[in-house]
Amino acid sequence: MVGTIQNRETFIRQLSSRLQRSSIPTHVERPQWRYTPQHKTLQNLSQDELLGVLQKQCTRINTNCVVTSTADLATTLEKIIVDYNGGPIMTWQDERFDTYGLTALFSDTLPKKQIELHTWDPTIGKDNITLVEKANIGITISDITLAESGTAVLFSNPNHGRTVSFLPTKSIILMPKSSIVPRMTQAAVQIRERLQKGETLASCVNFISGPSNSADIEMILVVGVHGPMYMTYIIIDDL
Amino acid sequence: MPMKVGNESFNNRVGEGIQNTFMRSAVSGAQDRLETNRQLATEELGNWEEWRSLGEEIRQHVLANLDYYLTQLSEQVAARGGHVFFAATAEEAQVYIADVANKKQAKKIVKSKSMVTEEIDLNHYLEEHVGCRVIETDLGEYILQLDNDLPSHIVAPALHRKKEQVQESFQHHHQYEGTERPEELTKHARKMLRDDYLTADIGITGCNFAVAETGSVCIVTNEGNADLSTALPKTQITVMGMERLVPTFEELEVLVNMLTRSAVGQKLPSYVTVLSGPRQEGDVDGPEEFHLVIVDNGRSEILGSEFQAILQCIRCGACANICPVYRHVGGHSYGSIYSGPVGAVLSPLLGGYDEYKELPFASTLCGACTDVCPVKIPLHELLHKHRQTIVEKEGRAPVSERFLMSIFGIGSSSSGMYKFGSKVASSVLKPLTKNDQLSKGIGPLKNWTDIREFPAPKKERFRDWFENRQKGDD
Repeated sequence: MVGTIQNRETFIRQLSSRLQRSSIPTHVERPQWRYTPQHKTLQNLSQDELLGVLQKQCTRINTNCVVTSTADLATTLEKIIVDYNGGPIMTWQDERFDTYGLTALFSDTLPKKQIELHTWDPTIGKDNITLVEKANIGITISDITLAESGTAVLFSNPNHGRTVSFLPTKSIILMPKSSIVPRMTQAAVQIRERLQKGETLASCVNFISGPSNSADIEMILVVGVHGPMYMTYIIIDDL
Repeated sequence: MPMKVGNESFNNRVGEGIQNTFMRSAVSGAQDRLETNRQLATEELGNWEEWRSLGEEIRQHVLANLDYYLTQLSEQVAARGGHVFFAATAEEAQVYIADVANKKQAKKIVKSKSMVTEEIDLNHYLEEHVGCRVIETDLGEYILQLDNDLPSHIVAPALHRKKEQVQESFQHHHQYEGTERPEELTKHARKMLRDDYLTADIGITGCNFAVAETGSVCIVTNEGNADLSTALPKTQITVMGMERLVPTFEELEVLVNMLTRSAVGQKLPSYVTVLSGPRQEGDVDGPEEFHLVIVDNGRSEILGSEFQAILQCIRCGACANICPVYRHVGGHSYGSIYSGPVGAVLSPLLGGYDEYKELPFASTLCGACTDVCPVKIPLHELLHKHRQTIVEKEGRAPVSERFLMSIFGIGSSSSGMYKFGSKVASSVLKPLTKNDQLSKGIGPLKNWTDIREFPAPKKERFRDWFENRQKGDD
């Protein structure tokens, strides 16, 4: 469904007139910017070096960062879940969990330990919100990972509820090592490339760097405000 | 004036600011910390001047093509099923948003911090015309709203409040029984607000940057309040100042990074959220309906004028964090939601000289603001332009010369501005003085002090000295 646009003509006409032209240009080309420092930052680093940058940044944003092989992922994740006092857990619905060998953990190991786990399911509609609001842990996957700022990039879709990363008290984000790029610059380029190939932009793209926090009371940092209070990144060595 | 805060005269506000010792130490502490963090975060990049040039170029390109990019933005939002309303005035924006709220029979609205909604006085209008509760969800704003208090800093609105005052306020309004520890106070706010997010009918946000190419709005927070305000209520209304946009994700990236480094010294905040239209088909969370309200409210008059550069502003507050005058008088003294050097330039443009003619004079023109501005707005030059306009064209501020003189400790006759100037001059310039000589000038003063030393303003005001001297003669 196409939305509505109101009051545009007079509003824009006023702007064109202030810019001393009679009408809006039919096309504006973005200039070649004189300086492009964003591409120079952290350039030419190997994937291992970028991982090092990411790990260091995590220590500055109150985020626990664990590196594991694909083979050990299930064990590592289980340990973190237990450290976080177990369920209820809410995860995205995502085939990659199976690819990473987590099927047995999710459908067998955790239930046997009486750890409740739910998967986001668009067919049950609003009940997802009830479940995710009660969840102790939310588990999601980073599509693009930014080394410089220690950032996970999450794209929403019907199987990827946005609230899975906001509402639970603790957040675990899986990050394939192959998804690490130097900084937000490369993510912006990748997103535009995908759009140019005809992909639709997710209604919510989230760049998340550590747990929610605030220093609004006497400039004293408090970790855990509206979003998660604790956060763990699990880097999966998929290279 | 909607953007006006408080009813006190300029001199009374300054007097109160200077006498409030907690506020003054809170402001100077915050300034030191934020400015140090900013310096570290920008120096770390190694080529900050290149970044500033890029930031400036992007902002200038957008302003020069604002008609084109706003048209593109509105097309893209509509293509994704969102509704766009262009509001020439604050009133038009208020009426449209109230209309949406009335149609939704809204009882409760959650709102994430936004300067432009303060500027158009949205909360009061909605409470009056829709009869709904509007709840500020940014922790600082939430605290202020409980007691109808006013923000004093662009990024740290409750800077002037002590934790004990926050505790008292929670006790009074919520029967809070916890301690004054910030962790505990924050946890209380988390609990209260969680329920509000889940039961609100509408979420209202500001917009740090809109992206023309994709019809997106980008909101940055550390608390995650904008995310919850937009993920849970059925209707989202985003209000943006018309100049706050970029062509594509690539420029968004640059400016978001510069914003958070300049504001608080972070590489990125915890949440950079890019929202495009309402939820897509099949999505379970996110708003069913999305409205983007694009506000002019005096901005188009600035476009194409000698003050156009102020529209480059990305609201980082770095200029306030380094300003020696802001340090001593605090945010409330500006009498506007826009405080600090940017406020001293912008408030008279949006709110008129009648209300804000003193602000351009509440500056030492030291140029430190210009030096730190990530998008290279020549702030002190714009302040000087205001003074020229006020004196030459408006002919109503016979204080400029005297004020300037008084800042430098030369001056004679009595006036409110003179008292103000001499009241703050000595402490304002204190960090730069050595043996009563100004030896470490900043900004334009630097060129001067690099060659010779400037006599520092005396702690003893000329008038006091004169009175004492007269007494002596007696």
